[in-house]
Amino acid sequence: MVDIIHENATEAKSPGGIPFLLEAENVAKAFHGVPALRKGDLKLRPGTVHALCGGNGAGKSTFLNIVMGLLRKDDGTIKIKGHAVDFKSASEALGHGIAIITQELSPVLEMTVAENIYLGREPKRFGAFIDFGALETQAQKLLDDIGFPIRASARMSTLSLAETQLVEIAKALSFDADIVIMDEPTSAIGEHEVHILFAAIERLKSRGSAIIYVSHKLSEIFDIADEFTVFRDGEFIVSGLVRDVNRKELVTHIVGREVKFVEKERPNAGAPILLEVRNLSRNDEFRDISINVAAGEVLGIYGLLGSGRTEFLEAVYGMEKPTSGEVLLAGKQVPRGSPRESIRMGMAMVSEDRKDSGLVLSSSIAHNITLSALSLMAVSGFVKKQKEKEVVEEMIRSQRIKTSSSELNVENLSGGNQQKVVFARCLTTDPRLLICDEPTRGIDEGSKQEIYAFLRDFATKGHGVLVVSSEAPEILQVSDRIAIFKGGQLVDVIDGHGATQQSIMELAS
Amino acid sequence: MNATTDLANRNTTERRKAEITREFVKSFSIVLVFVGICVLFTSLNQYFFTWNNWLNLLRQSSINGILAIGVTFVILAKGIDLSVGSIMALAGMVAANLVTTGNESPILFAIVAALGTGAVLGLANGALIARINVPPFVATLGMLSMARGLTLIYSDGRPIANLSAPMKWIGSGNVLGMPVPVLIFFAVFVIGWITLSRTTFGRYIYAVGGNEKAARTSGISTRTITASTYVISGLLAGLGGLVLTARTTAALPQAGIGYELDAIAAVVIGGTSLSGGRGSLVGTLFGALIIGTINNGMDLMGVSSYYQQLLKGAIIVLAVIADQIRK
Repeated sequence: MVDIIHENATEAKSPGGIPFLLEAENVAKAFHGVPALRKGDLKLRPGTVHALCGGNGAGKSTFLNIVMGLLRKDDGTIKIKGHAVDFKSASEALGHGIAIITQELSPVLEMTVAENIYLGREPKRFGAFIDFGALETQAQKLLDDIGFPIRASARMSTLSLAETQLVEIAKALSFDADIVIMDEPTSAIGEHEVHILFAAIERLKSRGSAIIYVSHKLSEIFDIADEFTVFRDGEFIVSGLVRDVNRKELVTHIVGREVKFVEKERPNAGAPILLEVRNLSRNDEFRDISINVAAGEVLGIYGLLGSGRTEFLEAVYGMEKPTSGEVLLAGKQVPRGSPRESIRMGMAMVSEDRKDSGLVLSSSIAHNITLSALSLMAVSGFVKKQKEKEVVEEMIRSQRIKTSSSELNVENLSGGNQQKVVFARCLTTDPRLLICDEPTRGIDEGSKQEIYAFLRDFATKGHGVLVVSSEAPEILQVSDRIAIFKGGQLVDVIDGHGATQQSIMELAS
Repeated sequence: MNATTDLANRNTTERRKAEITREFVKSFSIVLVFVGICVLFTSLNQYFFTWNNWLNLLRQSSINGILAIGVTFVILAKGIDLSVGSIMALAGMVAANLVTTGNESPILFAIVAALGTGAVLGLANGALIARINVPPFVATLGMLSMARGLTLIYSDGRPIANLSAPMKWIGSGNVLGMPVPVLIFFAVFVIGWITLSRTTFGRYIYAVGGNEKAARTSGISTRTITASTYVISGLLAGLGGLVLTARTTAALPQAGIGYELDAIAAVVIGGTSLSGGRGSLVGTLFGALIIGTINNGMDLMGVSSYYQQLLKGAIIVLAVIADQIRK
């Protein structure tokens, strides 16, 4: 197996070799008669980063799963280095030099970094005993080579989320694959780690490997990709060189219509203060933070991973108790550490991770929407079905949630629609202040603009929005003022109407 | 306006119909299994499909059914309760002590004492788990041993017999031809089913079991919900203890050993997910009936109880496999 991989790698590097590492044409797949992919085309050149773009439901994941051998295609051809293939399993794909880095992290926490990277492939002594010395040296060499600042002997459980993601990336690269698929590799890592990852990608390119890069963050695609291919509604739309296309054109291809970027107007000066945070601190996560949000205002918080931004939001909302300081909503003190009380006073929170804390995936769309406001739709503890149904239907309409029935489990929805369900749940309690932590993570560009428009609109009604994002363009687009967090402290609050990406990133790092 | 209301009403009826159909389809596979087992035993034994045997079968299933309903609440909220067998022994003992001949308090005292004992021990479980974050498996494993110890201390290791007539009636009486334990079982089922499917509390249980953090973000007092499922489980264990004592006409210190496993088995066979958030009481009802039917059918055929154990285990595993395939 190892031999085959090396052989393939040399082949790819040889000058005058095949023009394409991967050639897919007319790949099709249907589930229970419903086509998920009708015409998947992609041509991957050695030594390039190829961005695969498309909204949710465009067929990207189906396509990649077929390439990876996790799904079988119904139709079409896939050629690896000129040879037609039809993988039956992921290990077969791996044997042909295709590795994948997924969004889902699956580390064995009680093992070391080295053990995790080479799990099941450990160097052995006498064919039975793991050679821990060699294992560690080998892993450390791999990490050093790709420039990840991680000790191979460290226990997985001591690593941060970003570092865990880097280990996952290192693991994929350890297979010496010449086609590496990266599916949203930066969703859990900070700016700093993104630079490390991009440097590693450059090294892979120079050795002749090719990367299929999937990301909803367009700025990354323009940073790292050489070529792009767009899928929409299960079909190949267009492909070309990234340098020949601009952001707006690419978004138009992805969404299929021209997207209107949200414009923001200045809120009224002298509007009353809605949220007042006074000297809020929590252990060493963040210290002494005072911020106001006026009625009609969107306040953006920008900071790198570990700047205390998420912890701050959670303390304001009551998920965690602050160690000192106070939070006032419309002049009234908000009780500490109780989301229930916060909701009662008029707050609602769209949390960072839909699957982790936003939705009950095992429940229906309807039950998720009404979860916060259920007691308002009940008489002496019994849910009034009619009332509930009205609320659910109204929310599905106003939030434009695309579903055939509100009784479906929410796990069947695409990411963008799931996020709309979270927003719907927040709105059922009629909040005055909406707290959003990374409201558009993992969502396609079209839905992103809808969410920005919604946030602006919500503020215009005299409500307030407090939004955290690690994407500078997002913060710039929605915020009236921008608070910059760094190392658990509030560095500065700047006007959002004149700020540039450059200026906020400099303040934050 | 009238037209809209009309339409809305029709939608509601349709929706209700759809809901019933869905419930039915969801539990259809388990009903099928149940019917299959019944057909099998009917063909093997002529006495199986008689009214008397059905009453007997239901009576035998009722105690496990009552316990399993309580355990369903706990498992739906992503917990586990291993202590119900021991709690029922203590509750039965406390109740029996109040209604022996010579010391004959009103039967109501015994009922309140049994339910109270169960609820208090359930609350102890709930407090340990929801307040102090002791893992449910450990907390209830501890309670399994502690409640059994309390039972032995309280009874000094001796059974309490000579129960009053009203107490015995709970175990062997009939109302309109139906055994009292069966009526209690069905009443508990109906109340439980309404609670889980129609009330905010029921919804919150599903939400907490499905994703506790999301439930908390949504403003649910997740600790209270979690703790109350253990109170319910304890309360029903107390009720089960009362019925068991009445049926055996004596409170035995070793009563209820292993009952927690049968209760969990009924829940699992009924398709409720051990990882929380998914499942229904209808499933549990049939889960309990299936276990009861297998025991009853094999008793009739004179199969040794050793083989019964083996088959019951195999069915639990098969039920879970079937569930995996369905997913």
